[in-house]
Amino acid sequence: MEGFLNRYRNITVLLLVIFAQLLLLAVQVKNDQDVRMIRVWTVSAVTPVARLLEGVRGGGVGFVRNYITLHDTNAENRRLQEENGRLKLENNFLKTELGRADRAKALEMFQTHTPSKMLAATIIATGAGSNSKVVFVDRGSGSGVMRGMAVVTPDGIVGKVISAYPTASQVMLITDADFAAGVVSQKSQVRGTLKGDGTPLCKVDYIPLEEKLTPGEWFYTTGDDRVFPQGFPVGIVKAVRPAAQFQEVFVEPSGLQHGLEDVLIVLQGMHQEIPETPPANQPMYIAPAPPSANPPAPSEQTAAPALTGTEADKLRAIYKSAGDAQNHTFGAGAPGSKPPDFTKLPSLSGTPPATAPAPQRAAPPAATVPSSAAPESEPKRNPAAAQPAGPPPPRPLIAPITPDGKLLPVPEPKRPPAAAPASGADPQPAKKQPAPAPPPDKSDAARRANQAAGVPKGPSH
Amino acid sequence: MSYSSGRILLSSQREGQVSRFRTWVLFAVPLAAILFQVYVPLFFQFLGFVELPLLVVVYFALMRRSQVSGLLVGAIVGLAQDSLSKVPLGMYGIVKTLVGYFAASVGMRLDVDHNFIRLLLSFLFFLFHQIFFWMMERALLSHQPAFELQRWLVLGLLNAVVGAALFHFLDKLRETA
Repeated sequence: MEGFLNRYRNITVLLLVIFAQLLLLAVQVKNDQDVRMIRVWTVSAVTPVARLLEGVRGGGVGFVRNYITLHDTNAENRRLQEENGRLKLENNFLKTELGRADRAKALEMFQTHTPSKMLAATIIATGAGSNSKVVFVDRGSGSGVMRGMAVVTPDGIVGKVISAYPTASQVMLITDADFAAGVVSQKSQVRGTLKGDGTPLCKVDYIPLEEKLTPGEWFYTTGDDRVFPQGFPVGIVKAVRPAAQFQEVFVEPSGLQHGLEDVLIVLQGMHQEIPETPPANQPMYIAPAPPSANPPAPSEQTAAPALTGTEADKLRAIYKSAGDAQNHTFGAGAPGSKPPDFTKLPSLSGTPPATAPAPQRAAPPAATVPSSAAPESEPKRNPAAAQPAGPPPPRPLIAPITPDGKLLPVPEPKRPPAAAPASGADPQPAKKQPAPAPPPDKSDAARRANQAAGVPKGPSH
Repeated sequence: MSYSSGRILLSSQREGQVSRFRTWVLFAVPLAAILFQVYVPLFFQFLGFVELPLLVVVYFALMRRSQVSGLLVGAIVGLAQDSLSKVPLGMYGIVKTLVGYFAASVGMRLDVDHNFIRLLLSFLFFLFHQIFFWMMERALLSHQPAFELQRWLVLGLLNAVVGAALFHFLDKLRETA
């Protein structure tokens, strides 16, 4: 038996194994029941490994996916950052161009409505040295610039040319310690000498102690220095202190307040009258009224021009404002009805009553511009938004603008004969009718202003 | 240890060299084969045709040249495969037991290191496995499965190719004398 088993051992084992499995099958089939134990063993042996594999796979796939995603995210982030930077640059560029266009239009308006012949120039460099108070402009002797010419902006004087080169000029700013110019105060007509102090403020020397100056008063050029024509705004008094012999008057230069980028070089100076009202922010451009703007109230339409006309107009405006303050309509009351109380009239000096229309409505340009349009469309550049009503200036600073935004010729007021070296200069440029505002040139706003003003073109730069 | 590549039939049983494997290989490779069959088709369905447990059984049976060893490996792998399938325990077990036994029997006669023999044996044992399983289903379970001979032939060829590559890889796990 043992030999038989040894001889047929393999087939015996096979048969036993097959039989055992057949038996197993038979049991399952007969009972329709599974042998759970074997399956549990197998599943217990296999599934942990499968779970481990799945974990490894999921982690690996997740890592790969996340890595790829993060890689893409980084690339996307870089692209967006580049785009953001590009858009920022573009935005800044457009803002700059917008400001440049605004300044160009202001220069152009100022240039065409100022009797002096001017040349627009652009600041291209500053002088060497940390405390330098000189700058270089892009117009030189080739453009007709000569030493000693005044440099101004619509806001005020800036400095004077101290060196003219073929393609550029060196300008000494009014804050330079060597700068001096004759000035006169607006109200009290106190004359003095403006001197640079090396600081943002300038000093006005030689103001006698008995003269009364108050902070907030404006100084204008006198024209005595033969550099600056008379009537250009210089600055506003910031502080007044008595000193040993004269007063110490500190003036904040108005020409440097808004930064320097484009300036005007006075080629042929023409004296102007010193306005009785402070220039405030020199307005050069008033946008036309928006189409949807509501029409102004009748009272606004009548009151505003009155304060800028003749003395009779001013009186009329004062009485009308007094009537408006008491809710009285002139011409509407029956005979014998109670008239307004005219004992409460405001002073005739031009100071509006407490209930008078807002200063914006009484602004000088309201004579030519619809009163509802200018102050609201561009309040920052409103010519007299901050100034009280007063006598009309000898010459309007703003060209009349029709309701559709076109400029009208400006009536030329009478001026005293000029005493400046350039007194014989032809004031014709001032009469030049400004063209409708061209689209801003992105390359050179100053050149465009020159072209509009009829100034010969300078050398290319 | 050198294996002849020119002859297919061995002149005597003593010419056949018994390959030995480390114990962990004997456990890990069948387990990996079963895992492959139950796990990989989840993500790569086209790999479902690979009958890797069968190929592993054939390989170990051929290389060990022991009928008992071959049938035991076949029985264990088959039962494990049964446990992870819906068929009653013993269906794959019996088939793979027979495959292991016959593979070991053939391995004692043939030069199983020859690639063509491996390819042919893999193809034949795959067909045997499918046909015998079909028969058992009909006989023992009273099922009426389709007899897909053409499909089995094609799958047999594919499994033979895979088997040849697998055997080449598993050869590296053999213990050298």
